[in-house]
Amino acid sequence: MKSIAELNAIRDRKKQAIDIREGGEKKYRVVVGMATCGIAAGARPVLTTISDMVQAEKLDDVIVQQTGCIGLCQFEPIVEVFEANDKKTTYCKVDASKAKEIVEQHLKRGQAVTEFMLSAADLEKAKA
Amino acid sequence: MNEISLNILDVAENSVSAGASLCEVDVLADTESDTLTVVIKDDGKGMSEEVVKKVSDPFYTTRTTRKVGMGTSLFKMAAEVTGGKFEICSALGAGTTVTAVFGLSHIDRMPLGDISSTIHTLMVMNTGLDWVYRFKFDENEFTVDTREIKEATDGVPIDDPDVSGFIRDMLRENHKECGADNL
Repeated sequence: MKSIAELNAIRDRKKQAIDIREGGEKKYRVVVGMATCGIAAGARPVLTTISDMVQAEKLDDVIVQQTGCIGLCQFEPIVEVFEANDKKTTYCKVDASKAKEIVEQHLKRGQAVTEFMLSAADLEKAKA
Repeated sequence: MNEISLNILDVAENSVSAGASLCEVDVLADTESDTLTVVIKDDGKGMSEEVVKKVSDPFYTTRTTRKVGMGTSLFKMAAEVTGGKFEICSALGAGTTVTAVFGLSHIDRMPLGDISSTIHTLMVMNTGLDWVYRFKFDENEFTVDTREIKEATDGVPIDDPDVSGFIRDMLRENHKECGADNL
């Protein structure tokens, strides 16, 4: 069994580093839809993949958040990437491997992954 | 929804929306009574008697984006098809307790699934409230309390990558040792 006593080491290490990190600007805000529709469509492994990668690769300029239903349930799991200037990219029907690609291409290299993006054509079809 | 842990993730989010400051999640499996019990208890704003009556109706929701709300009704159905039961206790201003009892060995009981990911997500993505998670499978049990974690980390936030990683590893390891992977 792991116990929280192990946290003391993390705390001591962090306390020294925390002053440096706090001023860090966030470049990307990643939002995963986690309402019933999103969860049922597979949003949990998507969120886990993104947050694990952000942690493992120390992407300090990325913040990962969750949100409720945005009314496009048929396109879930949906991942939205907001940039500092509020530019939004919406990815639809994301799974763990697409999530990995989004982290690699968009969050690390600044290249949006066009093929996973929700298009105007998708939305037109949804309305029909 | 093909895992009990996904239902827990979904229903526990309601405690966050209810403005709770503490949410307690219990997952208790007992071979002798052949039950798997899930309790989600919060101190949020609660619901009136009228709303409690309607809440497990899939065609009732307080949401405005669309007219159905499946979360609670899916959880209720999942428990009831295993010969179990489902109950919501709530009053305005007095918090809400959702209890679902599953037949542990019932053929229609969905697996518990990746409960570590569910609890990790709840704790790390909802840092505005405290979480107490209790897991018990026969004689093996453990508890994770974010208030104790906060005390131990002394100002380093729960969603700090290293603290978050520690919580994830602790949940995975302790669940494994308690035999949760067989549920």
